Amino acid sequence: MLVPLLLGITLITFTVIHLAPGEPVEMQTAMSPKASAASRARLREFYGLDKPLHVQYGMWLSNLSRLDFGRSFAPDNRPVLDKIKERIPITISLNVIALILEFGLALPIGIMAAVHRDTLLDRAISVFVFVGFAVPTFWLALLCMYLFGVKLGWLPISGIHSLGSDQWSFWWRSLDLARHLVLPIAIATFGSLAGLSRYMRSTMIEVLSQDYITTARAKGVRERVIIYRHALKNALLPVITLLGFSLPALIGGSVIFETIFSIPGMGQLFYQGVMARDYPLVMGILVIGACLTLIGNLLADLCYALADPRIRHGRG
Amino acid sequence: MRDQVSSPYREFWQRFASNRFATAGLVVIVALFLLSMAAALVTPYSPDTIDAWHVLLPPSASHWFGTDELGRDVFTRVVYGARVSLKVGFVAVGIAVVVGTVIGLFAGFYGGWVDSVLMRVVDIMLCFPTFFLILAVIAMLEPSIWYIMVIIGLTGWMGVARLVRAEVLSLKSRDFILAARVLGASDLRIIFRHILPNALSPVLVSATLGVAGAILTESALSFLGIGVQPPTPSWGNILTSGKDYIEFAWWLSLFPGVAILVTVLSYNLVGEGIRDALDPRRQG
Repeated sequence: MLVPLLLGITLITFTVIHLAPGEPVEMQTAMSPKASAASRARLREFYGLDKPLHVQYGMWLSNLSRLDFGRSFAPDNRPVLDKIKERIPITISLNVIALILEFGLALPIGIMAAVHRDTLLDRAISVFVFVGFAVPTFWLALLCMYLFGVKLGWLPISGIHSLGSDQWSFWWRSLDLARHLVLPIAIATFGSLAGLSRYMRSTMIEVLSQDYITTARAKGVRERVIIYRHALKNALLPVITLLGFSLPALIGGSVIFETIFSIPGMGQLFYQGVMARDYPLVMGILVIGACLTLIGNLLADLCYALADPRIRHGRG
Repeated sequence: MRDQVSSPYREFWQRFASNRFATAGLVVIVALFLLSMAAALVTPYSPDTIDAWHVLLPPSASHWFGTDELGRDVFTRVVYGARVSLKVGFVAVGIAVVVGTVIGLFAGFYGGWVDSVLMRVVDIMLCFPTFFLILAVIAMLEPSIWYIMVIIGLTGWMGVARLVRAEVLSLKSRDFILAARVLGASDLRIIFRHILPNALSPVLVSATLGVAGAILTESALSFLGIGVQPPTPSWGNILTSGKDYIEFAWWLSLFPGVAILVTVLSYNLVGEGIRDALDPRRQG
């Protein structure tokens, strides 16, 4: 099951890169007229352009299977894998924090809306959800930069460290890092908050209308216990699946907020790679990004199985 | 007497019109469409005339949304920018709907290995962070609005394919399909003549919501400088200069963003309205 998916991921990545009209080498050398004969030869060798496409794909794939992603076209000419490795931690930590905040906020919001269905509170949450759906995250980022960075001067708006912070003590540096990350994490969180709260609301409403909830009410169980003990467990199940689906959007979104806030993560690296037409880097990040999503989906499936006894016992 | 006549279409329309938010959304979309078509009548300025004497002016009676760093009228550029957004939204979603529908129809109708292969392709495509994929493709091509529309469309059909497949699976064992088969209709005729029209309504909802998504994606791409290229105005690329001049000219950042927000919100409201009107049992 996993192997065909991985193969498909590499096949699509390869196809996407070779969709380009003309050879990558031509485009590369046209971009920089001063490209030396040696670098041209290196590019040709990397792509094996004298060979037919399926052979090229095979070569690339066999390198990949040894975790050899090739070398970057950038002047530093470092192995792509090394470049990605040093950028991945910050992107993943940002996204994990954002994901935790997102669930921490969306679940109570969704539950509140469901429990107080059709009241003023529910309407207000609906308005928030619809506006949240429609706000372009990069625009929100701009507005926040203006408000908190320029107007109020409360938060730094670019990078992850202040100038000269390497001289400071550990705690000051951590505080400095946290201050730099407030806005990016807030923006990343907001990105899928609306969708998740709405989804939580609708699954909660569905569960609350089921017979066993009526039974619990008839027994005289307190409403609070019904909602948080009886209903929430079942309402959470579909949300776990959504977690897996929201990963590609999160990782893709990191291009936008990392570029805006100049955060040295994978998204920014990808954007730079794209702008410089650094093919090996672009292909490497595409494959790794897709694999991260795949891992995320597997984890979500695993959580689902752990949470749902019907699946855990193989009847589902 | 005529008012007594009720058709599914009429009922649908009545339910849609009774939804105030959806109607408001539709009105905004139509107004925006007319405004962008009649752009030259709405504003005395041209979207790309540079005026060095009126650079970065705040909003005033003569420049409602102020001017940008080249002295161009921001209101004019926002109105012309609407053309780009509307075009991208419709063409990209059109492509996504056609590709997704055809794949969903074949996968659902033929089942077996056809279904397995096509649905694996869907799974694989869903693994890619869409925005990464779009960026990578655009990087390989010259930036142009046509490529952007095609690429947003080709990376957005998977949801439609799954929807259509599910519809087909529930439709293909119905009696009217059996009847068509008994009458000797070919597979293609059954698929496109009998199944397709019945499978389209959920697609309508997802297409409307898809337009909103495509507009957001295009604006993000243009904002990053790989979408619609200057001097052609698009809401995204006006925001790029908004970012550069954010300390001196808030109006460059505010108005194009509000335009995106209102447009996307309208499409979402209309999409939700269609969904509720198609299925009256479903509320909220």
